[in-house]
Amino acid sequence: MFELLGVSPQVLFGQLLLGLINGSFYAVLSLGLAIIFGLLNIINFAHGAQYMMGAFVAWMLLQYAGIGYWWALLIAPVLVGVTGIVIERLFLSRLQNVDHLYGLLLTFGLALIIQGVFRNQYGVSGLPYGIPPELAGGRNLGFMFLPNYRAWVVLAALVACIATWLVIERTRLGAYLRAATENAPLVGAFGINVPLLVTVTYGFGVALAAFAGVLAAPIYAVNPNMGADLIIVVFAVVVIGGMGSILGSIITGFSLGLIEGLTKVFYPEASSTVIFVIMILVLLVKPAGLFGRAA
Amino acid sequence: MGIRTLLLASTFVVGALGAAQAQTAVKLGVLNDRSGVYADLSGEGSVIAARLAVEDFKAAEKGINVDIISADHQNKPDIGSNIARQWYDQEGVDVILDVPTSSVALAISQITREKNKIHINSGAGSTDLTGKQCSPNTIHWTYDTYALGYGTGTALVKRGGDTWFFLTADYAFGHALERDTSEVVKKAGGTVVGQVRHPFPGGDFSSFLLQAQASKAKVIGLANAGGDTINTIKQAAEFGIVAGGQTLAGLLIFLSDVNALGLEAAQGLVLTEAFYWDQNDGTRAWSERFATRHGGKKPTMVHAGVYSGTLHYLKAVEATKSKDPAVVTKWMRENPSEDPLFGKGEVRVDGRHVHDMYLFEVKKPADSKGPWDYYNQLAVIPAAEAFRPLNAGGCDLVK
Repeated sequence: MFELLGVSPQVLFGQLLLGLINGSFYAVLSLGLAIIFGLLNIINFAHGAQYMMGAFVAWMLLQYAGIGYWWALLIAPVLVGVTGIVIERLFLSRLQNVDHLYGLLLTFGLALIIQGVFRNQYGVSGLPYGIPPELAGGRNLGFMFLPNYRAWVVLAALVACIATWLVIERTRLGAYLRAATENAPLVGAFGINVPLLVTVTYGFGVALAAFAGVLAAPIYAVNPNMGADLIIVVFAVVVIGGMGSILGSIITGFSLGLIEGLTKVFYPEASSTVIFVIMILVLLVKPAGLFGRAA
Repeated sequence: MGIRTLLLASTFVVGALGAAQAQTAVKLGVLNDRSGVYADLSGEGSVIAARLAVEDFKAAEKGINVDIISADHQNKPDIGSNIARQWYDQEGVDVILDVPTSSVALAISQITREKNKIHINSGAGSTDLTGKQCSPNTIHWTYDTYALGYGTGTALVKRGGDTWFFLTADYAFGHALERDTSEVVKKAGGTVVGQVRHPFPGGDFSSFLLQAQASKAKVIGLANAGGDTINTIKQAAEFGIVAGGQTLAGLLIFLSDVNALGLEAAQGLVLTEAFYWDQNDGTRAWSERFATRHGGKKPTMVHAGVYSGTLHYLKAVEATKSKDPAVVTKWMRENPSEDPLFGKGEVRVDGRHVHDMYLFEVKKPADSKGPWDYYNQLAVIPAAEAFRPLNAGGCDLVK
């Protein structure tokens, strides 16, 4: 049996697979961010809080209404998406013609408020949320024990990413979206309701974050800070992929998950910084990101 | 009645009035994490605990006027230090209570010594507070990494868990916990087969758990805290680690963490604590009062420690009729402590408060009778052996 730098292939494959699972979360979250940035030109700092809200809504549905995981996977993104729409109508739509910085500050402030409210209500230790019984257990792949739920996460994330990509790249609605990204006034001149398009897009991006939150609830602690911890990494992923690039964010999300997984085998202490090191290197060579177009 | 008698009588009256007015004003500052990872195990609960101590002591009737203030140190030593300086210099705070997060606690301990005030620590874990960085002004009340590692480590080795793998948070606290527990394990006849250091705070622990699984160690020691421990245990359940025959040893787990995990994920965990609400009538009655003021949440050992430490301090102020830190801390060290929560205890010369510790096992969901019914007591670790021996800490107050 060959060994690579003292690491057996079993361990290596195992870690690559785990990296892919983490990459799934990065991909879904950065996809939402990329869509929002692409169309609204807003750096949505509330994304982490919205991801957290997804997990919390799933918990609340179970706790107060007895609604289980599968329905939560559908209902939570819709509910959180609606709050996103309200936020867009009330606040973000007023920031269209000002500098990016205002959108960033507004969403950052909203994130702090949302997290503060949840912290006040539910504390910081988090709440328990079990794995749905249908996905409990796991299978032995020979080189590692793969929990069924993790396999489901990869599958669900891939489906969500590919479906989103197809909608944007291959449908009429997606064509409007892309056109509005390029030149909103012109698209409006053709009789398309651009403000509505913008609102729905923001709602959809937020719903994607909530979807990731529900996926995360059974494996990560459901607590008010869960998004704040993750969102910084996700921003790095978006920057590496190229701000606003849909495909870029998906591919970068998955591949950075893999790289992080490898780091955890060879030098675990660096696993939290490796993504930022890559970000610096990429920005030095390609300032617009790997898949971004130079402005 | 002659004029002389009248004069004499009035002097008495004035004297008596004077005695009634000779109140000691004491200001206590509860400094802890009110918004971050340790806010549930310390936070507002510690303020409530301090207030309960003042009420139970009937401080006002004894002529001690106690004022309690609080602030959030955000787990950052610089922020904590600034608040402590302001409290001591401008607001007339006499005692700083609680202070979880070892790095902040060490900073506060130093400032307290410099300003000649008193720090009674309940929330932090570092043994350095009563070791190399011990101070005459600091008393470490509730627990430390040695006590936790000793309790859990020894117990598990005795039950046959003689090979250990550590999953360690990569910062001072995690390293200290790993070091202290490794020593205990080796002393008890076990071996440490390896360790992995994870970034702090971490989110996904599956890689590290797989490495722990591959090590085939019987016990996986979790040398981390708070949200990291919760995530580790949750994910260990997912990867079938406990089902596969390995035992998880939580080296720093609080009641609030078990509540967050849920019994389904936490069952079977073995852990050491200084206090559990459901130990006897005294702890139950106090915890009930605490819970009614804290949204139904039961107290952690850190809350109980704030109560117990505050009570001992107030007794010292009453007995010595002084708030001079040198006088008060001397009294606190020379006289045993006693209260319904910690039972009997004493403060050693190095500032370590020693008392019985308890080994608990987290109940199976089926055995739990309701919310907060989480622990079975496995053993009492007597005060004499629960803490690091006095001469082993390297404290220069120990002669």
